[in-house]
Amino acid sequence: MIGRAVLAVLLAGIAAGLVMGVIQHVRLTPLILEAEVFERAGGSASHSHGAAPEAGTTAESGGHDHDHGEGWKPEDGWPRTLATTFTAAMTGAGFAAILAAVSLLTGLQISRKNGILWGLCGFLAVTLAPAAGLPPELPGMTAADLFARQVWWVGTIAATAAGIYLFATQTRAAALVLAAVLILAPHVIGAPVPPQGENLIPAELIARFVSNSIAANAVFWCIIGVFLGLVLGQTAKDIYAT
Amino acid sequence: MTARTISSATSLKGSKRIAAGFALLFIGATLTFAAGFSSMAVAHNTAHDTRHAIGFPCH
Repeated sequence: MIGRAVLAVLLAGIAAGLVMGVIQHVRLTPLILEAEVFERAGGSASHSHGAAPEAGTTAESGGHDHDHGEGWKPEDGWPRTLATTFTAAMTGAGFAAILAAVSLLTGLQISRKNGILWGLCGFLAVTLAPAAGLPPELPGMTAADLFARQVWWVGTIAATAAGIYLFATQTRAAALVLAAVLILAPHVIGAPVPPQGENLIPAELIARFVSNSIAANAVFWCIIGVFLGLVLGQTAKDIYAT
Repeated sequence: MTARTISSATSLKGSKRIAAGFALLFIGATLTFAAGFSSMAVAHNTAHDTRHAIGFPCH
């Protein structure tokens, strides 16, 4: 059983990752590369970390050296595209596994018919709700402390998912009020606020990236949901019988 | 007797479902952490563009 479920999440992850990889290559990574040019231009003015490399293979990826140590990084071009597609599939499989885990732990079956709904709920919880406080970032944007953002991001996802679960399964007024509170709470508390300072990245570039990223994630999640429904719905019917 | 057999079979299935659920939760959390949160330079650099695209907090 668990083998079938793992197969289902891998298939869903690979399918979603391949499509996401194409969307990233066409619509998202070009904007990241553009932002890295601004990041490097601003970075060389405000940071002095040795001589900036002249144009060449290291220049493209050099933009993050002020944030992170050296280390292997995929070269620009196909290696970078492959690394991106691979990690998109990995993320897809990770999200699919968590979605399947929610289904198994709550006993709410993912089926062929409702797979896309599961995917859309994943999109609401993991992409849309956190994006209201922490929109998808481009390199070079000013941002609050990383750990604080990660905590708010994960907390918002958990609270939103719990709220969606209550809305989907409960009818009592108290439960519905609790669901609304759970969904609203992260936004009342508020996401970590970035420090004051000039933003290196043009707002127009950020707007294009944010809208394309959110749209791409909607596709990503729909594919995850549909594939999970197709595979898990067929192979794991018996496990939900309890 | 029959009812007892059925109910024990049912709870066994239920516990299998819960066990599979936790196993998948662990797998999913591990994959998501590696792709989205690990601060190791190699993990960060490989997943860099995907982290930005998915909307993981990065940098």
